[in-house]
Formats: sequence, structure tokens, C-alpha cells
Amino acid sequence: MEDPIKSKIQSTSKETRQDILGRCLTYLCIGLIVAIVLSIFIFVASKGIATFTVNKASLWEFLTGKNWNPTVTDASGKPQLGALPMITGSFGVTILAVIFATPFAIGTALYMTEVSSKKGEKILQSVIELLVGIPSVVYGFIGLSVIVPFVRTHFGGSGYGILSGSFVLFVMVLPTVTSMTVDSLRAVPRYYKEASLALGATRWQTIYKVLLRSATSGILTAIIFGMARAFGEALAVQMVIGNAAIMPKGLLSSASTLTSVLTMGIGNTVMGTVGNNALWSLALILLLMSLIFNIVVRLIGRKGRMD
Amino acid sequence: MDDFITTKDVHLYYGEKEALKGITLSFPNKGINALIGPSGCGKSTYLRTLNRMNDLIPGVKITGSIMINGQDIYSPKTDTVDLRKKVGMVFQQPNPFPFSIYENVTYGLRIAGVKDKQILDERVEQSLKQAAVWDEVKDDLRKSALSLSGGQQQRVCIARVLAVQPDVVLLDEPTSALDPVSSGLIEDMLLTIRDKYTIVIVTHNLQQASRISDKTAFFLNGELIEAGKTKNLFLNPERQETDDYISGRFG
Ligand SMILES: Nc1ncnc2c1ncn2[C@@H]1O[C@H](COP(=O)(O)OP(=O)(O)OP(=O)(O)O)[C@@H](O)[C@H]1O
Ligand SMILES: [Mg+2]
Repeated sequence: MEDPIKSKIQSTSKETRQDILGRCLTYLCIGLIVAIVLSIFIFVASKGIATFTVNKASLWEFLTGKNWNPTVTDASGKPQLGALPMITGSFGVTILAVIFATPFAIGTALYMTEVSSKKGEKILQSVIELLVGIPSVVYGFIGLSVIVPFVRTHFGGSGYGILSGSFVLFVMVLPTVTSMTVDSLRAVPRYYKEASLALGATRWQTIYKVLLRSATSGILTAIIFGMARAFGEALAVQMVIGNAAIMPKGLLSSASTLTSVLTMGIGNTVMGTVGNNALWSLALILLLMSLIFNIVVRLIGRKGRMD
Repeated sequence: MDDFITTKDVHLYYGEKEALKGITLSFPNKGINALIGPSGCGKSTYLRTLNRMNDLIPGVKITGSIMINGQDIYSPKTDTVDLRKKVGMVFQQPNPFPFSIYENVTYGLRIAGVKDKQILDERVEQSLKQAAVWDEVKDDLRKSALSLSGGQQQRVCIARVLAVQPDVVLLDEPTSALDPVSSGLIEDMLLTIRDKYTIVIVTHNLQQASRISDKTAFFLNGELIEAGKTKNLFLNPERQETDDYISGRFG
């Protein structure tokens, strides 16, 4: 005769079965995402590497060459695949944008966390969230109709160029950097501030010597995230940078970025041709850069935890 | 007049709530004073009026007078930054900055503008010795203060306060988060510095109060019930409430 308690214990309960089902679902989702990410990576990499394996371009030429003209072959019969102008353009706009944005972001974040009233903070918070949500084409359009003429009249040149690009990106990365800086300032325990004030520090000394210092790794992370966003932005930059795939002669001359050349060119080339493969190589650089930004963020995070 | 700290009819309101209901209490120059009483009776609140830390809480209103070393610390002329250099505070939870031990101890001096390396070094050694942690940390002053044990952290926090050379040291339950051995070390340490500073310590540990303090004040529901020589208060309390509290009948 079967013992009812024993059979009850030995059979899987409803809850356990739900548990197993739930776990299977999550594994399925993770598996799907991993598969997608991996296939994107493999696809871009195989296409991007084809420039060097199939079309026999040299990697060194690609990274340091200054002439970008994939459809035209030079005297020795090789396509002109120098990506340095775009690499310079991308880093130029990114670094400038972040240099402009960081002081503003820290200032705004300090105002929100240390100075303003609860109500002012809420208002600023929603303004920032609004800025994040604006589509990049709108930023590009404003850049085109406001910033380009502004740069033209106040700095000279045609108005198109790295400076305009970095101004537009400055506005675009500001909310990201600000809100992440706010989070890292909020994460500083209140008792650090109390301890500092109780030792006779002024509010400014406390902010400068304790708050900002304790939040440094968080703020650096915010800046890197801003850089990643700026580096990967295509549309808005493309609208104001001028899109000349030549070595920029300054901040005011027409230039291009990896992303702008990609969006401009990808529709005009045929799969499998040199010109198309060369664009994939640019995409590969973008992908590797975002990987590097990610690794840097992780390294900063690990260092932050050790202190 | 010998008293170093005198408070007269101090009322404190957190918004509508009256947390201190007219405290008149004074402490002599140098020595250890203990504040005891059940949870929520206003000990911390009273302590924090002495270095104006309550000013940081929005909606706090304070009336009455508090004189330290003959100076009305709530007069408009008083600069809280200067006041807090003279009246240091140690908190219940050890709260060292996430910097090195050396930087922790020199923090107060550096914000006061002391840059001379020799003075800083001397003061670090002297205050860490006073706080009875020098032997344990002297070889790794550059290590993060967060890598120390809780008891060591608390003594570094005490050294951080002593380095500024205050007149008054306020301690809010400094040992309640620590093990008995660390607590004992801090008690012994306080006894060695009692003739250099005017110390006010909040404690829930009645043995601790009776072991180390010269004067004890008993608070209940925002009122001062009784204050006097520690020995008298513990052996012959004048008020029934005090007797009930120290014999463990409530609180
Ligand atoms: N920031 C604050 N806002 C409003 N009320 C407060 C605040 N801090 C303390 N109180 C109230 O004031 C009263 C006294 O609090 P206080 O912290 O001084 O008590 P305590 O004697 O130190 O208690 P404990 O022994 O638990 O630390 C309590 O009723 C508490 O709820
Ligand atoms: Mg308390």
C-alpha cells in the first residue's frame, strides 16, 4: 500500500514545477540575447575583416591613412582606405563634447543634490529626463538651424565642423552625465558629510574634499558613459559636421565621423564590394570602441570598490 | 563660575514636536560627563545642540541659551565653522572617510589651512597615541581607514577629532556598535584624556557611565530629571524616576 505522505513528498509540487518553468524561461531569454549579441559581433567582425583578407588592404594603412576614397584605386591599383580622418573626427567631437559637458554636469548635479529645494530638484530631474527622451534628429535639426549659423558668425568658417558637432553632442550627453553624477553623489553616505561638517569644514570644503572625492569613480563612470553615447551618435552629428571625409584642418572645417560616414554611405554601396566592406571595417572600430568603453567602466567600478 | 558649558532653559522643536522641554544643565571645565536615559528621550538631540549640528536639520527651532567658555554659541556672531573646531563630535557608527588613516586624522587640520608636513605628522602621531590606536596603525598610515576593524575605526575617528585640539569632545554612544574589548579600550582611553578635555558622552550602558564619568545627567521624555556627581546619582538618586531607571525597572 502506498503511503500518502511519502508519495506527496516524493512527487514534485506545483510550486516546484512553477519554479522550474520560470527558470527555463529566463535561461531561454538569456540564451536568445547571447545568441543575438554573438551573431552581431561575428557578422560585423567577419565583414569588417574582409577588407583586409579579401580586398588585401593593409591594417596600418587603414588606421593611419588620410585618404578615404574606397571606390577609387590609386596608382598601385589599391583602393584608398585611410580611416584616420573619421577616427580623428569621432574622437574630436567626443572628447570636446565631454570636456564641455563635465563641468556643467557636475555643477548641475551638485546644485540638485546640495543646494536646491526638493521641488527644484524634482523640476530639474524631469527636465533632464525630457532631454534624454528627445530624438537625435531633433537635436540635429536644432544644431543645423541654430548652432551652425552661430558658429559661422562667431567663430568663422562655414559653420559645419567638429566644433558644431561637439556643441550638439554636448547637449545630448549632458543629461546622461548629469543624472549619473547625481546618482553617484546621492550614493555618498550622509555620515561622511556630517563627519566633515562636525570637524569644522565649510559646506564648500565638504563638497570639494569629501563629496566629490568619494564620488570620483561614479563621476568617471558617468563621463565614460557620456563618451560612449557621443562616440556612437550618428544622425545629429551627421547633420552639422559637414561630412567631408578629409583630415580636419581645425575645429571649424568640414569633417566627418565614423558614424556619419557609415550612415551616409551604407545605402550607396553594394554588398561584397570594397566600398561596402570598408564601411563594415568602420563599424567594427565602433563596436570595439564601445567594448573598450565598457571595459573601462568595469575597471573604474572595481577600483572604486577597492578604496 | 567654574562651569565650562552652561545651558539654560533649552527648548528644541522638530517642527511641531518638542524634543527638549527646557533643559538647564551645566558641565565643569575638564572631565567626563555622561548623559543617560531611555531611547528617544532627547540625549542625542541635546548633545547636538552643543555643536549646532541640529542646524542641519530643516525645521528645527531652538530657544534658550547655551554658553560655552563664556560665549553664547547661538548668538548671530557665532560662526558654526569655528564653533565646531572647538567642539568636536564622535558619532555612534564609526564614520571614517574612505581615505587613508593619515588623511582622516589630518582632515580637520588641512581644512583649517595647516600645510606644514612636520606639524601634520606630529599631530597625527600625538592624536593617534591619545586615541590609543597608534601601535596598531602606525605602520600603515597610508592604508584606507575602511580596512580597519570597527573598534579601530572608531578610535581613528576619535583621533580625527582630537587632532583639531578642541576644548570639548561630544560622543554619541561611541561604543554601542562595538565589541566589549574595543569598548573597554575606548573607556580607558577616555579616562586618560579626561584632564585635557571637557567630555560629554551619551551612553545606554549604565556601568559605563558609572565607571568613567564624573557627572551624570538623567533625561526622560525631553526633560532633565536629575543631574549631579555620578556617585551620588547612582547611589542616592533624589528622584523616583532616576531610581527606577538605574535599577532597571524601566527603559
Ligand atoms: N530629525 C528629526 N526629526 C524629527 N524628530 C526627531 C528627529 N531626530 C529625533 N527626533 C525625535 O526627537 C526625540 C529625541 O530623539 P533623540 O535622538 O535625541 O533621542 P535619544 O535619547 O538620543 O535616543 P536613542 O537613545 O535611541 O539614541 C525622539 O522622539 C525622536 O523621534
Ligand atoms: Mg541617540
